[in-house]
Amino acid sequence: MTRFIAKRLGLGLITLWLLSVLVFFGTQILPGDVARRILGPFATQSAVNALNHQLGTDKSVFVQYWDWISGIFHGNLGTSVATRTSVSSIVFPALWHSAKLAILAFIIVVPLGILGGVLAALNEGRFRDRFISVGGLSATTVPEFVWAVALILVFALWLGLLPSTATAPPGSGFFSQVEYLVLPALCLVFVLFGYIARMARAGTIESLDADYTRTAVIKGLPYRTVVRRHVLRNSLLPTIAVVATQAGYLIGGLVAIELVFNYQGIGQVLYRAATQKDFPVLQSAVLIVGVVYLVATLLADLAYSLLNPRLRFESAA
Amino acid sequence: MSSFGEPIGSSVTAAEPPAQAESTLEPAPSEAKVIRRERLALLLRSKTFIAGAVILAFWIVCAIFGYLIAPDDPLLTNPVKALQAPSSSHLFGTDTLGRDVLSRVIVGARDILIVAPLATLLATAMGTLLGLVTGYYRGFVDDTLGRIIDAILAVPVVIVGLLSLVALGPSTVTVIFVIAVVFTPVIARTVRAAVLTERQYEYVAAARLRNERTPYILFGEILPNVMGPVLVEFTVRLGYAIFTIATLSFLGFGIQPPAPDWGLQIFQHYGLISGGYWWPVLFPALAIASLVIGVNLLADGISQVFER
Repeated sequence: MTRFIAKRLGLGLITLWLLSVLVFFGTQILPGDVARRILGPFATQSAVNALNHQLGTDKSVFVQYWDWISGIFHGNLGTSVATRTSVSSIVFPALWHSAKLAILAFIIVVPLGILGGVLAALNEGRFRDRFISVGGLSATTVPEFVWAVALILVFALWLGLLPSTATAPPGSGFFSQVEYLVLPALCLVFVLFGYIARMARAGTIESLDADYTRTAVIKGLPYRTVVRRHVLRNSLLPTIAVVATQAGYLIGGLVAIELVFNYQGIGQVLYRAATQKDFPVLQSAVLIVGVVYLVATLLADLAYSLLNPRLRFESAA
Repeated sequence: MSSFGEPIGSSVTAAEPPAQAESTLEPAPSEAKVIRRERLALLLRSKTFIAGAVILAFWIVCAIFGYLIAPDDPLLTNPVKALQAPSSSHLFGTDTLGRDVLSRVIVGARDILIVAPLATLLATAMGTLLGLVTGYYRGFVDDTLGRIIDAILAVPVVIVGLLSLVALGPSTVTVIFVIAVVFTPVIARTVRAAVLTERQYEYVAAARLRNERTPYILFGEILPNVMGPVLVEFTVRLGYAIFTIATLSFLGFGIQPPAPDWGLQIFQHYGLISGGYWWPVLFPALAIASLVIGVNLLADGISQVFER
């Protein structure tokens, strides 16, 4: 077990290092020097040189990479070129906002998706299955910003039930904050429902087919008990593990939704940094999104192997 | 993906060996031909496939004949008629520059239906090549590429696209290349998995014993046998490509103005929703939704037939 964890952790760290290299050198492709971009074409060359020196952008790319990475290990993510504030003061509050939205979405969609998938599996091939499966697939494939504008149109503009932005006025209580987050979370529910339902459906169908289910039925257990105790326990394990891998998308991939609802999450930070060419923010934010994704997959793997002895022993061997 | 949706009744006939065909008096068609015909028959019986094909065909017609069908010039601005609600003269209303929304929705099919398939095709070609090589050689090359693929996949596709487009500057050609590069590792992974299975079979060993050159083994022997997964992957990725390109356009980093792109139209007008101007947003949104749903139904139908 320890070996399994160590191996996973090691691979995760290598992946993270590769990501940092890709991100850093990827953003260096851009022509022209940083200070010139900030100061504009009319600044004097000496001012440009001075700013480049101040930002450290006059050093070689490798030295800059080393400065960035060693800074991260000292808890310093760098300084934003656009706002001149520390990157951590921009990124971490945004990360918390994103997490709130992701948690709300998960609380709604995970039970709903599992319920849908199990229902579909128990009615395999019948209308209810087709409705859930094809409906879920279709909902999943529609881009989330399309859901966002559609939901705003219906619930905010036409029915007037919910606010069309996601940021509650400052000082509002917990429930009012949740109310503001309902519409963006609902978009995520639509996007993720089909995915989770499909996993749950496949898992349930597989364990409905399994020998232990047949044994349980033959020994005379009521159908309900068979489903609850034998089918669901085995089928939901992979579903939950796979669902956890969506955390990366939920934390970092919601650029469009956060834009539509004007929500200050990590996606919005990434987007603003991209449009302003604020590379220190961009690099660190992408790296943090990568960390979140890798930690989530690691935890998912761990949970899965803890609950599934077969996999645990296989991986340790 | 495998057991999703449409129950396929005639799976038994498709699985039958071609021996039966040979026993008839007519000249025996090759095994590949029989399988192809069976698959086509299965596809035409799949409701999801037909529904997807009809929707896609509709938008392809719009993409090709858009300028002939559209009631107005989609690029003609007319500030006097800005933001008019849908009426008999403009069925879908007009946008902030007084352009006819209906015409822009119809012609808007063109860009996305050129960019997305091109990008997906490029990604499929590169991904298949990469998957063949890594799956066949395994070892160091495979491990290294696998790590790099993991690193790229640790960040949501939209973010990778956004980063690349910021670095390279947004243009239609850049979008095609960026989407192709981002999707290549995903496709490579699927193809690699298929190749890992294929390389254990005797026909590969036989080819190796015949002293065939490696390119021949890869492209002449293994590739034809993994074409099913490749085709499925192409159609599935096409849906994702439309999804991603629309999102990038919506973020202002995709297809550039004044093109009547759907994502771009929503980007330019979503701020006006709360003011009650819903028509320049709703109709392009419906267009995107119907296209991605159509492509995915099509992909689902194909994967059911090929992944049994």
